[in-house]
Amino acid sequence: MERALELRGITKRFGRIVANEGVDFDLQAGEVHALLGENGAGKSTLMSILYGLYRPDEGEIRVDGERVTIDSPRHAIDLGIGMVHQHFMLIPVMTVAENIVLADEPRSAGGLLDVQAADARVRELSDRFGLAVNPDAVVEDVSVGQQQRVEILKALYREARILVLDEPTAVLTAQETQDLFRVLRALRDDGKAIVFISHKLGEVLDIADRVTVLRRGKRVDTVSTEGATEGSLARLMVGRDVLLRVDKAPLERREPILEIRDLHVRDDRDLPAVQGVDLTVHAGEIVALAGVDGNGQSELIEAITGLRGVEQGEIAVEGRDRTGAGARDMVAAGVSHIAEDRHRRGLVLNFSIAENLALREYRTPKLSRHGWLSPRKMVTRARSLIREFDVRGGEPETPAAALSGGNQQKCVIAREIACNPRVLVAAQPTRGLDVGAIEFVHRRLVAERDAGRGILLMSLESEEVRSLADRILVIYEGRIVGEFPPDASEEELGIAMTGGRRREAA
Amino acid sequence: MSAVDEPAAGAALAGGPGPEGGGQTSAARLAAYVQGGGVVVPLLTVVMAFLAGGLVILLTGHNPLSTYKAIFDGTGLNWLLPWTSSADRPAAALNLQQTLIQTVPLILTGLAVAFAFRCGLFNIGGQGQYLMGSYAAVWAGSSFAGMAHVPHVLIAALLAAVAGALWAGIAGLLKATVGANEVISTIMLNYTAIYIGDYLFGLGGPLQGNQPSVPVSNDIAGGAKLHVFWGDPELQGLHIGIFVALVALVAFWVVLNRSTTGYEVRAVGLNPEAARYGGMSVARNYLLVMAVCGFFAGLAGAMDILGWQFRIATNDIDISQIGFLGIAVALLGRNTAIGTLFSALLFGALLSGTSQRNLDPTIFEPQLASNLTTIIQGLVVLFVSADVLVIAILRSGRRLVPFRRRRESET
Repeated sequence: MERALELRGITKRFGRIVANEGVDFDLQAGEVHALLGENGAGKSTLMSILYGLYRPDEGEIRVDGERVTIDSPRHAIDLGIGMVHQHFMLIPVMTVAENIVLADEPRSAGGLLDVQAADARVRELSDRFGLAVNPDAVVEDVSVGQQQRVEILKALYREARILVLDEPTAVLTAQETQDLFRVLRALRDDGKAIVFISHKLGEVLDIADRVTVLRRGKRVDTVSTEGATEGSLARLMVGRDVLLRVDKAPLERREPILEIRDLHVRDDRDLPAVQGVDLTVHAGEIVALAGVDGNGQSELIEAITGLRGVEQGEIAVEGRDRTGAGARDMVAAGVSHIAEDRHRRGLVLNFSIAENLALREYRTPKLSRHGWLSPRKMVTRARSLIREFDVRGGEPETPAAALSGGNQQKCVIAREIACNPRVLVAAQPTRGLDVGAIEFVHRRLVAERDAGRGILLMSLESEEVRSLADRILVIYEGRIVGEFPPDASEEELGIAMTGGRRREAA
Repeated sequence: MSAVDEPAAGAALAGGPGPEGGGQTSAARLAAYVQGGGVVVPLLTVVMAFLAGGLVILLTGHNPLSTYKAIFDGTGLNWLLPWTSSADRPAAALNLQQTLIQTVPLILTGLAVAFAFRCGLFNIGGQGQYLMGSYAAVWAGSSFAGMAHVPHVLIAALLAAVAGALWAGIAGLLKATVGANEVISTIMLNYTAIYIGDYLFGLGGPLQGNQPSVPVSNDIAGGAKLHVFWGDPELQGLHIGIFVALVALVAFWVVLNRSTTGYEVRAVGLNPEAARYGGMSVARNYLLVMAVCGFFAGLAGAMDILGWQFRIATNDIDISQIGFLGIAVALLGRNTAIGTLFSALLFGALLSGTSQRNLDPTIFEPQLASNLTTIIQGLVVLFVSADVLVIAILRSGRRLVPFRRRRESET
């Protein structure tokens, strides 16, 4: 096999921060090479250098054995390097074909866009690699998975031989991920060289031929996926043994504390999103709400936590009806909420850690009196929570924005647990976190369960659902369509999540 | 989202995270930097404005250095310098009194804008709120003849503040209930306030004074005038309004940083969605904050009327700029208490230092002086806005995105 790409001794500094230090990386035609590392390990920086967004401070880049200096994305494209960004660079109101040919349009005699030629070329590429996209569809109307394929087609249209995918599965459902992998294998077999950036171990083992692991900007090792395990990769990535399976005490289910009856909730567009949900969470158990994104789980959780009005039905906490209570009353009633999006909702990023930790209880005597805050109490409390939840990289006065994602999430969890809730509603609590932080969050959730709290976990990761839950409820189109034990197979869950089969509660 | 944890330059250059990236956009990062950026940026802004102003003076054929020296002497700030000769002191004292009289309403209208900014609102309506306060102060001051001094002043000042609060409250209510953009509604309320004044005090208007052919109100009663504690009351000495303004500054800081209300205001300003999650009513905060802003601006009107104007003419209404200058004061002061104090002082000094009355005519012709005032003020505003406004607009644009999306999906 020939070497399509070679990076030698790449070093990149941003001021005092060393993002990459002497990194070696090579890529062969016809292979999928995974770049694995925690958030901040330097994966994105390395690929930005390859794509001409940054110039390396040291080191050299060889494409097809020839030494090159890549000074712009345009140059990278000319060298046959294609990038599929995590956030798609598509124009929503234009068609798939228009997006793909953008900036490199086939022209007819009069200098106008030759729509037919564009369509034909897109169709040919799409058929060749089994991408199954309709060139005439408008981008904003197609699914996220489809949009990603449009990005891949964009690169192929520009004759990319080296394809870089930056965390491509972060936005995909399990089924879409499998579809993507099929496409990637077809591309590989066609002789393309593919860089697959990820921090999900299972996927890397599934799709990649080789793995290069980065840790704190340095290359730790490059290994073949043959013979590698999730455990061995996690150890390379984090630098210590990581507990991938969560140890749980046997279920000690107690009295019901959150009871929801026949709940109906409407979404932002005033369409029915939750349509008659019944569910009960008992003290001492983790109930997981599994489902494909957009099936009403967000609206259900907003209704339970007092952020969204209830159209019909009842929400009771510890036997008392709390239907229609606002966010503050729900917290007072014993329902805490680890919000789905910590940047948009869970934190005020420009507030200090201490101020963020006060968001729930700033009005209580713990932190204020007669409407006047006590900065001393806020700082003291922040200090003890920072210690208890092992928040690193910040003092009480540090802005939350300065923390890493994992430490931001620890702040959210600390605050929500500090309210001493009976029920903890955790919506995608590990979204965007790296292995070490995920481990922390999982352990903490289980510890709270063991301490007798009821936990309602909403997650899109079936791995997470199955390893944490005591019971799994599958939500589909706003209804609970089945209840499963934690050892249910991925297929069983997958079928229920896509509305395939109803199974009555066990 | 691996970009989030990369070094700052990384996310910004790599195209940045998309709209879902929350507060991690480069604009938000820049805004955070500016909020905490200290005094360097505003000081630099002022220096640049004066350099550019110096160029303008040079183009008119004058010496910038001696002109600036004359302006400085015109502000009366030389009174503070120990080497100022005793012969110059009386004139300097008079000038300094003028500067501080101008500073009083600027502090208050500056706070009216700054408080709104801290809640994520852009209050362009300081001028209208200031005018409504002035009208109320004139009416209350010229009514109730024979009332004792202290209650008369208190009633007039309080009525003025309430008038401003109600006026701004209209914009707050529209924002809180139907989501009307406060920039548009406060601008419109400014015009409405001007025309209300033209009607009230114009020829034949219900509050026009006793001289039939002059569009001026009656003078306020002697008992409604603020006490002058420095200088001659007959020569516009410094009235106690300066202490009212200083108390307002302290109250602004304490409420914002030490009260649960201020905590809510700041949370709503930085992230309304997180504020809602924390159990706060975003709409209630918008209404409350606008009303408090109007209270400050209305109080500014009261201080001017009760402190030195004593009457209002339709002329004054049409040319008054104090409320608009409050925007520049707040922007330059970075919406903080201490910043507002110093930038109000700077603008107050500029106003009095370049006025025809105070500027030495042998250095710069009095006819040109008022234009020079406007030019320098304009330059300061321009340089201030150049950095801060762009950031503010970027941020408000980001906030508007979900709104727009919801709208589109409805149609």
